[in-house]
Amino acid sequence: MSDTPTTESGNAAAGAPTPLIVSSRFDATDGHTIDGYRSTGSYPGYASLPKVLEMSPSDAADQVKAASLLGRGGAGFPAGVKWGFCPPGVWPRYLVINGDESEPGTFKDRLLMERDPHQLIEGALIAAYAIGVAQVFLYVRGEMPHAHERIAAALNEALAANLVGRNILGSDFSVDVVLHWGAGAYIVGEETALIESLEGNRGMPRLKPPFFPAAKGLYMKPTIVNNVETLSNLPWLFHHGVDAYKQIGTETSPGTRLIALSGHVERPGVYEVPQGTTTFRDLFHDERYGGGIRKGHELKMFIPGGASAPWFFPEQIDLPLEAKPVGAAGSMLGSGAVVVMDETTDAVAACQSLVRFFARESCGKCTPCREGTTWEEKILQRILDGHGRPSDIDLLLDVADNISPGPYPVAADPAQGLDAVPFPPKQTTICPLGPSSVAPITSAIRRFRSEFEAKITRRDPIPVAVASETPVAAGEADHV
Amino acid sequence: MSRFTHDNELLARRIVARYPRPKSATIPLCHLSQEQNGYLTDEGMAHVAELVGCTPAEVLGTASFYEMFKLHPVGTYCLNICTNISCHLLGGKELLAHAEERLGVRAGGTTADGTITLEDVECIAACTEAPALQVNYRYVERVDVAELDALIDELRSGTGRATEIPPHGTLGLTRQELAPEDLANVTPPEEQTTPPWIARHAAAAEEAS
Repeated sequence: MSDTPTTESGNAAAGAPTPLIVSSRFDATDGHTIDGYRSTGSYPGYASLPKVLEMSPSDAADQVKAASLLGRGGAGFPAGVKWGFCPPGVWPRYLVINGDESEPGTFKDRLLMERDPHQLIEGALIAAYAIGVAQVFLYVRGEMPHAHERIAAALNEALAANLVGRNILGSDFSVDVVLHWGAGAYIVGEETALIESLEGNRGMPRLKPPFFPAAKGLYMKPTIVNNVETLSNLPWLFHHGVDAYKQIGTETSPGTRLIALSGHVERPGVYEVPQGTTTFRDLFHDERYGGGIRKGHELKMFIPGGASAPWFFPEQIDLPLEAKPVGAAGSMLGSGAVVVMDETTDAVAACQSLVRFFARESCGKCTPCREGTTWEEKILQRILDGHGRPSDIDLLLDVADNISPGPYPVAADPAQGLDAVPFPPKQTTICPLGPSSVAPITSAIRRFRSEFEAKITRRDPIPVAVASETPVAAGEADHV
Repeated sequence: MSRFTHDNELLARRIVARYPRPKSATIPLCHLSQEQNGYLTDEGMAHVAELVGCTPAEVLGTASFYEMFKLHPVGTYCLNICTNISCHLLGGKELLAHAEERLGVRAGGTTADGTITLEDVECIAACTEAPALQVNYRYVERVDVAELDALIDELRSGTGRATEIPPHGTLGLTRQELAPEDLANVTPPEEQTTPPWIARHAAAAEEAS
């Protein structure tokens, strides 16, 4: 039983030169309490909020814009710019914190909520002040009761210390922070589905445009949806300043990112790395991070940014952990989940595992996704079960093309003389869930087509005499 | 009893008061109902509907979308084994197969004694501790077959970890304490006006220019 996991944090590697912005209290035993928040970590807790309250809201928002703080939920949109999308003079505005993290491979936000809830609350308060929000909803994934407990306890402490609620620290800034919890639906991580869920409905994404949440969101009022990690950057940012923040990472992607490294590496863990200056090779092999591919094995492929991301292969290992170059190479950093697979991995089975996730989690609103993901999963399952048909590979690509009209983003393959197709994919659906299911299929088939073919031809051969007596069988093979 | 008890109804009303529109409390109240009854009963959902001001069918419509809401009785312990990519790579599917064999039920089924419901779940966000599982949403990490057997024995005999894990339906053991009198701004959206600190700075900026 480990309600308080201790081994996941990779930051035990003391003396690492990496500056820790969001994970500096991961190893502190009392980092989740208000006293621990004030006394440990890479900045004093609740010291930034009074500074921000001295500024004008627009100055505070400008600082976030100047820092080019990019959203950490997956899309990587600049947070300060997003805040600016709220139509002027329309009140109320709501802030919804997206803690419904469920992308396979990802669990940075869970650790941020469990181990440093006050950092998130202070970040939310700073954002609320800057945007002009009087009510914040903190939407936590239902399957994370330990995160609820830690956030609930932190909010209770903050209320007692007059850090949330009425007239915070004696100012005219008042904001309610409400802990809300989900009930098990990946799609609710999509911001309009999150808003629907928060209104008490089925979590289905809203048709957009025209209604982006910043213009019309919760209760059709301007709503900013920000990821947990994005807001967790704010207290450090305002304590140390924009210039210090921009010194970390690269010019276009400043700061750090939390990367959840899992799969076949010696030291899986959550690591905070500077953006752009760390490569996948560093992440996998450096002793501070992954410590190498598991002993005696070699890298076959890896997923650079969660289940939705097209796969990378050994040729892409020297790419930096930065949105732009990864996007140009045909994938995305997404939610910061890196899954490493060594040569023992069955590419078809890995593909099926990923596609099944999207088939199960499709909300059912758009036909191409609802029907398409299910078909993809069924076809992959029958290939795995030894019932695959020779036409199945093309059929998979055809179904995929109906969800995301090609060419689908994919990494370059020098051995076959194939170039990369840059991210993002096209979509025939409201949200990117359906198109995400295509990523493992196109990646696996392009690179490991022979593995699919082997599984299909290894089936028991049909005796020639029987096959010729029943011509129907040949026709059937073309049907799904 | 399927409707909220007196104490739970008071708690439910406090939760409803935190939202600008009552219907937003549907999911939290369904969790509370499930915590009280172990699963979501028709009567329980009807009571939620009364408290949030919608029809029982609307509550069912919402609840049936979400995996965590059980519309039929489940075991005291939901044993949720992850078979997503990171756990799949390190043996999650083999663990699930072993659990099915051991418990004599398929994923989704409940043992005859009503102790354990076995589920094959999507990523539970413990990927670096693969293969991982949850018992009533409490993590057990880096599980092997022997560990799984030991866990099942404990759950069946009510010893060890079974004494620490509350029965199905209970989520966080700490609740947010936010009484109606502690709320600063919760009113329906149409009654909201410019926040005071925004108005103050806007006035100051106007004066300066």
